[in-house]
Amino acid sequence: MQALWLIPLLPFLGAFLNGVVLKGRASKRLITGVAVGSVGLATVLALFYVVPSYLRSAEYAAGHGFEQVLWVWLPAGFLKLTSGVFAELTIDFAFLLDPLSAVMLFVVTFVGFWIHVYSIGYMGHEDGYQRYFTYLNLFMGAMLLLVLGNNFLVMFIGWEGVGLCSYLLIGYYYRQEFPPYAGRKAFIVNRIGDAGFLMALFALASTFGSLRYTEIFSRAAEDPSLLESPFVMGLTLASFVALFLFVGATGKSAQIPLYVWLPDAMAGPTPVSALIHAATMVTAGVYMVARANIVYQLAPGVSGVVAVVGCLTAIFAATIALAQTDIKRVLAYSTVSQLGYMFLAAGVGAYSVAVFHLMTHAFFKGLLFLGSGSVIHAVGGEQDMRRMGGLRKRLPVTYWTFVTGTLAIAGVPLLAGFFSKDQILAAAFEGHKILWGVGLITAGLTAFYMFRLLYMTFHGEFRGTQEEWEHVHESPPVMTLPLIVLAVGAVISGWVGLPRLGDWDWNWFGHFLEPVVHGVGGHGEAHHASLGLELLLMALSVAVAGTGIFLAWRTYGGSQELAGGAWWADRFPGLHRLLLNKYYVDELYDRTVVRGTWSTARNLFRFDAGFIDGFLVNGSRHVTVAAAYLSGFFDKYVVDGLVNLTGWLLQFGSRVFRRLQTGVVSQYAMVIAVGMFVLVFFYVVVALQS
Amino acid sequence: MFDWVLQVPILSIICYLPLAGAVIIVVFMRGTSTLAIQRFATLVAAVDFVVSVPLWFTFERQGELFQFRESANWIEAIGARYEFGIDGIALLLVLLTTFLGVAAFLSSWSAIQVREKEYYIFMLLLQTGMLGVFMAMDFFLFYVFWEVMLVPMYFLIGIWGGPRRLYAAIKFFLYTLVGSVLMLLGILALYFYNSTGLLGWGGLGNPRSFFIPQFHEISSQIPPDLQFWIFLVFFVGFAIKVPMFPFHTWLPDAHVEAPTAGSVILAGVLLKMGTYGFVRLSLPILPDATLKLLPWMAGLSIVGILYGALVAMAQKDMKKLVAYSSVSHLGFVMLGVFALNTAGLNGAVLQMINHGLSTGALFLLVGVIYERRHTRMIADYGGISSEMPLFATIFMVITLSSIGLPTLNGFIGEFTILVGAFNRTWWWALLAVIGIVLGAAYMLWMYQRVFFGPLKNPENKGLEDLNGRELAYLIPIVAMCFWIGLYPKPFFDIMEKPVDYIVQKVDPEYAAAVADSIEPAAGADLLAEIED
Repeated sequence: MQALWLIPLLPFLGAFLNGVVLKGRASKRLITGVAVGSVGLATVLALFYVVPSYLRSAEYAAGHGFEQVLWVWLPAGFLKLTSGVFAELTIDFAFLLDPLSAVMLFVVTFVGFWIHVYSIGYMGHEDGYQRYFTYLNLFMGAMLLLVLGNNFLVMFIGWEGVGLCSYLLIGYYYRQEFPPYAGRKAFIVNRIGDAGFLMALFALASTFGSLRYTEIFSRAAEDPSLLESPFVMGLTLASFVALFLFVGATGKSAQIPLYVWLPDAMAGPTPVSALIHAATMVTAGVYMVARANIVYQLAPGVSGVVAVVGCLTAIFAATIALAQTDIKRVLAYSTVSQLGYMFLAAGVGAYSVAVFHLMTHAFFKGLLFLGSGSVIHAVGGEQDMRRMGGLRKRLPVTYWTFVTGTLAIAGVPLLAGFFSKDQILAAAFEGHKILWGVGLITAGLTAFYMFRLLYMTFHGEFRGTQEEWEHVHESPPVMTLPLIVLAVGAVISGWVGLPRLGDWDWNWFGHFLEPVVHGVGGHGEAHHASLGLELLLMALSVAVAGTGIFLAWRTYGGSQELAGGAWWADRFPGLHRLLLNKYYVDELYDRTVVRGTWSTARNLFRFDAGFIDGFLVNGSRHVTVAAAYLSGFFDKYVVDGLVNLTGWLLQFGSRVFRRLQTGVVSQYAMVIAVGMFVLVFFYVVVALQS
Repeated sequence: MFDWVLQVPILSIICYLPLAGAVIIVVFMRGTSTLAIQRFATLVAAVDFVVSVPLWFTFERQGELFQFRESANWIEAIGARYEFGIDGIALLLVLLTTFLGVAAFLSSWSAIQVREKEYYIFMLLLQTGMLGVFMAMDFFLFYVFWEVMLVPMYFLIGIWGGPRRLYAAIKFFLYTLVGSVLMLLGILALYFYNSTGLLGWGGLGNPRSFFIPQFHEISSQIPPDLQFWIFLVFFVGFAIKVPMFPFHTWLPDAHVEAPTAGSVILAGVLLKMGTYGFVRLSLPILPDATLKLLPWMAGLSIVGILYGALVAMAQKDMKKLVAYSSVSHLGFVMLGVFALNTAGLNGAVLQMINHGLSTGALFLLVGVIYERRHTRMIADYGGISSEMPLFATIFMVITLSSIGLPTLNGFIGEFTILVGAFNRTWWWALLAVIGIVLGAAYMLWMYQRVFFGPLKNPENKGLEDLNGRELAYLIPIVAMCFWIGLYPKPFFDIMEKPVDYIVQKVDPEYAAAVADSIEPAAGADLLAEIED
């Protein structure tokens, strides 16, 4: 148990070795050994040592988690709490192992390890093999931090870390135009969610002075009034936190309105889609809501929002999946839809059921993605199902494992998806009948699009060229073995959480998670439907799934007219086009948010260059220069002018008076004579007058 | 091991070592080759860094507020004294200056090809000027250093800059001169108010002094209206330096035109003068005005964050993009400062260091590629990560540091700032987190356009990857980014006391809470220390 810290460290170590120490100077065998070995070691350590020893420990018996503090990470400083006292916010780099993180640990390491194994075969011929495994190991480390952190900020490290690895791996084929774009889109859409996540963390920190789960949740459970007090915008604190956490979840777990990145994320290598965009990372939001379940229980309004958004996302994405022809895109929308189911469950308060579906989904969706990878591998990179068909003859292992996964996701009884989906629908039925109804229809759609995929890919005749057909081959054992392992998981993983039928309570999974998702007051976790109702609901969902399968068989099964659309596409071309174009949501976002931001940016730059710098700054320069010229003018013509005027006047005067002093005696005599004459004349005139 | 540090005037040594180096170059290296000069100048910078490192180890975290004090008479007639000393905040900035200095000098070896001798002289003078600002505890001395550092930067841009260097240099000079003259007005107002009196405000009758802690001391006695006016002139002076919106337009021009090392120093250290001014002077000396103008200050900070980020998005020139990103990042720093709690201020101080590291590194990286291709236009690149994988990797790490990815330094600063801001007024944080999204958008978009996609431009084929010298100055910065991201506690520890002191000065509520808590004398102690 004390070795908990080693589990995330090992993959990081692998990434460090491949990414820095051995970069560019290791044989393929060594690269593989380091990458798969580190994850394998972490998996063995987790599943055969750490988790079992935890289950035997006193902490587990007492219903507590095991916490391991590694170091003081972020002593942020003092905050004034909502209660008015100042408290120091100090965040540890620390781990928590409790039933919930144990489940996640199991899913992440187990599925992650087998996808690593699969990647050896799938990526074997790619250059950038080492880069691929560096990123994949990095992802494992980050994902393990996410699920093992003992506080929200360590979760956030993992949260952003997996986002980074997702970005890097989606853009793995960086020499092309589209993958880097898709990676960036994923990162930025996720960042919007992350910003919301951060807001929730700020609110928690300002309330509790801590981000540690056990401290926050135990205090919230003890004193719900702390979270139920009004905060801002007419929300209670719990609602504020729950809402903003959910904004984070919609980003990472691809829910409306932030789901748009996930389908584009399929530009990455297929094992990446299986690991990151189906089995682990995208379920982080579900994990987070389940982790913060006490907050959600205290925020019933926001829980309703979660349920409705999940439900809408489920059916919305399922309808889009009906019309897609790219095999990975169908699975991507299917993932969005299934994640919607999980949020539906969490929203109606069935947190352990949400986590249960998370686990079963990790198996069957991981399997389906790997299966699609095996198909793509076989047909030389082709992803368009219209150019496939009849592949079951050449790909028997892929086919049969794929069938298993398809049956599991479609909800065929006794397979994993059946149990988890059934419990979600039962919980939704308790919550609100409309939620249940939409969920039920989605189940039918799911069965339909999955069997459509199965038929278009594996049945009928091959629709590619003869030459391509020649090259179709089953994948090597290193790829088929993980398929088989995950197929087994897709069958049996549901058995740990059998639905409660009357007095038969075999839901081991639900009980295991109880210490984490126990309620505060009224909101019960377990639903208490009567045996009859339970069986009726079960029968209904089986019937709906059967209908979906039947319709898919009627439309796509066996016949030859599969190449493009089907009868319904011809009959409802408008609807088909709408679905094919994904309701034009990408276009809508592009026209509004993306271009809006972009044109704001450009206009602000114009404002900056034109107004602030051009008008104000350079303007003041021009004003100064003009003033300088003006004062120069004044100086030259007024001030200096006066000076010059004085000088000129003096000069003029002297020129005039100079004439008087000529030095010629006769002239002087003449002047004297004239003067005398004038004086005498003057005196005579004056005297005479008086 | 580092005891000798306490026996010598260590701060003066650190401060004047570059000056001495410059003098040696002028006097003794007349006929020497440029190669020798450049090696010698770099050596001086490196020695300066080595000498400054012991500060980190010998500084007592829980000791006096200002340590390594040096005190001497200077101009007795006006009460100006030679006072050196650093607290934890200044210590971090001193170390940042000497650390980035080495990188800047190393990067200049290949970047500067004309008039090398003068260049290195100016660079060394600049180091002395900046270090002096962080060390000075006397307002007069502070102002002298503040002005001194302006001159070499002016020449660095004006002589070794790009095509519009003269315009940029003069703009930079005039802009900052306006600011510093206003700051001088504020200093004189404080000076006269402290002693003989000022206009209608009467004086406190204290002996004439420029000693900064003395002004901290009298902060509560300065009447609110006087505080308001002094805050305003200080604000303009510092806001230009930071730069805060709308005083920022000198920055893009100066950055684009300056040589690489100039940009590194400018972004890494010079901008911190403004934020340092707010932290050291405006807040603790003028607490009343700070509280009164808080909404305006926070508003301008948030505008800076969003405006800088959006305008950065529209840039076609890498350097200009980074320059505008600085406006956004410094907006975060200012928001943290004006959160007026220890979390916000801790984050702000740390973010000053973080910004110095990551933006400094970004300018170094842009410089690397500029030297190879002589263009900074994003459109001239594309797909070069296949040609320069090492460069692409380091650029990615620094990009991630700049956009605040956890486990790297930027995140620690941003989170701490934002949690503090939220704690003060929740919607400040709501607006500011939009800046985080935009930050990722413009940085990753630039990264994609430069490094990813097909290699379209044939001139980018076969670009040489990073060489040993470039790695030598980039790797330490990357290591620092990881250190602060993973284990920032030592940094928080060293700034704990000064930050606590400043927040107590400016937030009476916090001061009261500290006074009530277990250590009733904590605040009083600090004040007493300064009096000594």
